[in-house]
Amino acid sequence: MFAISEAPIDVAGLQHGLEADGAGAVVCFEGRVRNYNEGRAVNGLSYQAYIELAEAEGRRIVEEARSRFAVERISCVHRVGDLALGDVAVWAGVSAGHRAAAFDACRYVIDEVKARVPIWKREHYVEGDSEWLHPESTPK
Amino acid sequence: MNYRLLYFASLCDAAGCAEEQVASGARDVSALYAELAARHGFTFTPDRLRVAVNGAFTDWNHRLVENDEVVFVPPVSGG
Repeated sequence: MFAISEAPIDVAGLQHGLEADGAGAVVCFEGRVRNYNEGRAVNGLSYQAYIELAEAEGRRIVEEARSRFAVERISCVHRVGDLALGDVAVWAGVSAGHRAAAFDACRYVIDEVKARVPIWKREHYVEGDSEWLHPESTPK
Repeated sequence: MNYRLLYFASLCDAAGCAEEQVASGARDVSALYAELAARHGFTFTPDRLRVAVNGAFTDWNHRLVENDEVVFVPPVSGG
């Protein structure tokens, strides 16, 4: 499952959705709003998505992960809108029989989402200005 | 021909709108981008953009037809 959400991400509900009798391992990643980037103090982020294409590309990534790794369940949700420090911007969770597949699939999903899905963040700086980020590549 | 353009992030800021109807003589996405970049002052070179037509990624040689929805996708920064 992959979705874009205008509402706060329901982490507990998503974790519940990973339950499976064969799931001996669950790995979850939360990307949260941080108070700095590249030497500047940040006090919030705004995310925008090309929702139709973002959800299609996100679902493709989940299916790729499902074909590459021995997993039970995969879910990933990305926020759009205005977020405050500490808010969960993206959540990816995987359940699997064993931990290696769970870690690998979760890492694959979040890395590919950051690299490919048409979502953009605008950083709001404490000085009052803001700008869209269009990186050449993203730190991992 | 007439196309519907959607703009996101800094391309939206540069165009001054999130979407517009464009009447253009361009017949492929490459020519359409050149025309719109000149009009709106887009600074991205095509090698930094991807392009989508009617909700699916495609290539820069994609031939356009009447009422296509075209999106030039700037480098993404989700996560």
